Amino acid sequence: MGSTYSMLTQYDIEEVQEYCNNLFSQQEIVSLYERFCQLDRNSKGFISSDEILSVPEFAMNPLSHRLLKMVDGLNFKDFVAFLSAFSSKANIRQKIELIFKVYDLDGNGKVTFSDVLEVLRDLTGSFMSEEQREEVLSHLLKEAGYAKTSSLLLDDFIKILDYPCLRMEVEIPVD
Amino acid sequence: MSQLNSSSSEMDLDRPNIEEYLPPDSIKESNEKLRLRDLLDVSPALTEAAGAIIDDSFTRCFKSNPPERWNWNIYLFPLWCFGVVIRYGILFPLRVMVLIIGWIIFLSSFFSVQFLLKGHDKWKKKIERYLVELMCSFFVASWTGVVKYHGPRPSMRPKQVFVANHTSMIDFIILEQMTPFAVIMQKHPGWVGLLQSTVLESVGCIWFNRSEAKDREIVARKLREHVQGVDNNPVLIFPEGTCVNNHYTVMFKKGAFELGCTVCPIAIKYNKIFVDAFWNSRKQSFTKHLLRLMTSWAVVCDVWYLEPQNQRPGETSIEFAERVREIISVRAGLKMVPWDGYLKYSRPGPKHTERKQQIFAESVLKRLEEK
Repeated sequence: MGSTYSMLTQYDIEEVQEYCNNLFSQQEIVSLYERFCQLDRNSKGFISSDEILSVPEFAMNPLSHRLLKMVDGLNFKDFVAFLSAFSSKANIRQKIELIFKVYDLDGNGKVTFSDVLEVLRDLTGSFMSEEQREEVLSHLLKEAGYAKTSSLLLDDFIKILDYPCLRMEVEIPVD
Repeated sequence: MSQLNSSSSEMDLDRPNIEEYLPPDSIKESNEKLRLRDLLDVSPALTEAAGAIIDDSFTRCFKSNPPERWNWNIYLFPLWCFGVVIRYGILFPLRVMVLIIGWIIFLSSFFSVQFLLKGHDKWKKKIERYLVELMCSFFVASWTGVVKYHGPRPSMRPKQVFVANHTSMIDFIILEQMTPFAVIMQKHPGWVGLLQSTVLESVGCIWFNRSEAKDREIVARKLREHVQGVDNNPVLIFPEGTCVNNHYTVMFKKGAFELGCTVCPIAIKYNKIFVDAFWNSRKQSFTKHLLRLMTSWAVVCDVWYLEPQNQRPGETSIEFAERVREIISVRAGLKMVPWDGYLKYSRPGPKHTERKQQIFAESVLKRLEEK
């Protein structure tokens, strides 16, 4: 059987393209669909954690648990929408929005001190102590003019992260 | 196979550093003072994760690539239908008959030999070997195997092991029809398992169970004993440990390469012109796979017996394994990827995540020093 999949119609492609704000070309959407069908092993129409974790490169990523919460159960349209932040056509605001969502998992629009600490814990593991993490974070927040108790909003993130070196692009392989 | 459990750290020690193969980490090397944005910017990790979601070299190894459809127009389609009728209506029943005849001959001869020649071990062994070879030829005939063998036939000498790339269980049958190998295989359930415990034991095959950790030592010991024996059949090992789609090779396990024996590489390449011989064990059972082969026109493949290799002084077993893998991959036109085949069944160990964490933590702490 292998990678036989139901073909996308032109209507489907256009619908998905609109849904992701035209950040992917039609060819890229077809490639992404092939990939989606490959990951969705029993053709349920959505991908589950198990299937995503079977990609060893993903399972090795320190942020895999957080990302799994965002990607688990996505159907194809949402899958493309999630990945659209990584398109070369996405502007920096769209990319920072995704970064914000990674921190703000509960979706209340606020990123607290402990939220950032959680992400830092994922990224540094046992190679930094909890005290070191808190110290570094408090120090840098103060330096940037934020109180430890205040929460960061999306606009704060945009202000902090909007700089030319921010690169977050992935190329979709197209046959 | 839907339960993925995390692997023991043993597995990580088996292979060369994956970091050498993966694209370089995009963690920015900078000696500037640390700012808030450096701490909050998770874009490198996110980019890597998205890259893995979109395409990864591991999944590519197990993807069945369907051949190009050729029956897409008005005169080709009826031709194809005609072909289907012949394949399913004429060829398939003929092949089933061949197989049944083969089984009858084999089973009756095999079990009578078991009884009649009980005391005469040497003769028993010779005849059993011949019978197994014969049965394998029947199998190959049942899918109209067109196999071209290149290179000198394997000789029966002690202290040598044969290694080959693995695409399907039929690899073993194709090789066995030429030479009576003693193969190391995963113990399977069902009729295959029954065959394994009765018939194949007589040619000296050794079984293992992937899911049992202690099993490795037992198998290693059995292997060593077998290789020392003069009269035993030459050992055949598939060091990849799992079936790969015949376009790539995954990392070889070092077990076969640390026995102190000569390693004779065998390269197998299937021609997908009539059927794709890759057994995607996640998608179909072996029986279904066999049926698919038996209803296609032919199974075409090339087998190359390559020059025997010895471990060079100063070469570790892992380097030796990789060198032999390269010889096989080059001959069969396969691409090498740096993954352990067992990742099909379990998740990668924490070592790699920890490495990334270490790099990031150290860079943060270092830049904190810079004032």
